[in-house]
Amino acid sequence: MGELKLMKGNEALAEAAIRAGVDGYFGYPITPQSEVIEYLMAEKPHDRTGMVVLQAESEVAAINMLYGAGATGKKAMTSSSSPGISLMQEGLSYLAGAEIPCVVANIVRGGPGLGDIQPAQSDYFQSVKGGGHGDYRLPVLAPASVQEMSDFVPLSFDLAFKYRTPVLIVSDGLIGQMMEKVELFDTMPRLTDEEVTARYPWGTNGKPKGGERRIMTSLDLDPHKLEKHNFHLQDKYRTLEEDEVKYELIDCDDADYVIVAYGSSSRIAQKSIQLARKEGIKVGLLRPITLWPFPKKQINALIKQGVKGFLSVEMSAGQMVEDILLTVGDRTKVAHFGRYGGVIHSPEEVLEALKQKIIGG
Amino acid sequence: MTEEIIIAGFGGQGVLSMGKILAYSGIMQDQEVSWMPSYGPEMRGGTANVTVIVSDERISSPTLTCYDTAIILNQQSMDKFESTVKPGGVLIYDPNGITHFPTRTDITIYTIEGAKLAADMGNTKIFNMVVLGAYLKVKPIVQLENVIKGLKKSLPERYHKLIPLNEDAITMGMKNVVTS
Repeated sequence: MGELKLMKGNEALAEAAIRAGVDGYFGYPITPQSEVIEYLMAEKPHDRTGMVVLQAESEVAAINMLYGAGATGKKAMTSSSSPGISLMQEGLSYLAGAEIPCVVANIVRGGPGLGDIQPAQSDYFQSVKGGGHGDYRLPVLAPASVQEMSDFVPLSFDLAFKYRTPVLIVSDGLIGQMMEKVELFDTMPRLTDEEVTARYPWGTNGKPKGGERRIMTSLDLDPHKLEKHNFHLQDKYRTLEEDEVKYELIDCDDADYVIVAYGSSSRIAQKSIQLARKEGIKVGLLRPITLWPFPKKQINALIKQGVKGFLSVEMSAGQMVEDILLTVGDRTKVAHFGRYGGVIHSPEEVLEALKQKIIGG
Repeated sequence: MTEEIIIAGFGGQGVLSMGKILAYSGIMQDQEVSWMPSYGPEMRGGTANVTVIVSDERISSPTLTCYDTAIILNQQSMDKFESTVKPGGVLIYDPNGITHFPTRTDITIYTIEGAKLAADMGNTKIFNMVVLGAYLKVKPIVQLENVIKGLKKSLPERYHKLIPLNEDAITMGMKNVVTS
């Protein structure tokens, strides 16, 4: 068993970055995720693993530092919160186009605009539909505990390098700020330059003698070549949809109704399910762990199993519910219950919404 | 066993660290714990509160609307949280600074003169540990030895010399908590 600690979600993410053998973290502080860079600065990761931590002059600079570092085959990471992530969208589109692996964590806060600093899930569209321009998708992981804030860092890097893509970790102020028990994984050594070259021959770390010049770019002025590149990207996204869907089912075996919720909302919904079952209402929870690719097959399976309605519980005005509707169509009832602008649902009001919108409605 | 607690008072009273020590103590005896603070601009000089859950099972929602126990350390928190204690639950408060005393009859109410006892012991900073002692007397969900282990784990080495003082404060709280 690894080392047990009581940590904030943000701190667990930062510690996991050091332990996952990340080469560089580039970031700019913003509430409610400033603990990430604060923790990294205090821990002096350069002394521990040689990891570089740099406070960039802005989020725009940070994301482009990821472009540079990631292009060489190094593990590069940043984190921010909603307004900062919006600033990074241009960079994310370029990274996706140039197929540069990196990990970006968004500790979502209330919006739109500067919004507030309380938890929200209103960046779902931006995360899963492509917040920047062009035809691209990003794998999106949604941790629901401090443990997952730690575990999803190495998991994200695995995906990022396997598919040569930026990966998003989408959490929120609640998971970032709360403390829970976390079992830390053992430190993985950073790869040496030789190992990076051997493993990632695409990396721009110097032209080998007699070898070809390697270019990491999203620019191609020949439309036919660019279309071909897009075909390749789309193939990659189809593979991701086929192979990398992750989800958790709680109490779904005998469920008449299913709440679909991720991250913080899924924690609150778990309590609502307990309350419902005390009243004899058979409710289960489907928790998407990957928001993209979305667990469509699992929703189909639940419909086949006889589920009579889905309630999407989100800290937003209704974003994920659109993906549920796309999958369900008119086969069964789908409704949304949201609190937003930084307000968190109470477990009781989620149950009430289920009764009104799904069971009674 | 699942114990859902709200600890509420002024910023600076040690509300958040009391919750943290309680959570760490739970980890020391292999339980699941969560610690969810109110965070935001209102914390500066204003009220601070934290929801702590200690359980033998996986914890669902880290934020709640009703609690098994409320530990209340100022009037604003009394106004806000007296009504949130579950029927049959527990309310512990320090009467220092309280002007409107709790009136509920369906819960058990205890008082602890935390501020006064800490001052008598010559260190007002251990106020929160006196209150923690009072709570642990009423609800012995974690053993004292695990609290000490938790303190060792959560405090930097240079503060370990203060652990006996904290232990005395907890004991003082245990001895002096009274039914209201």
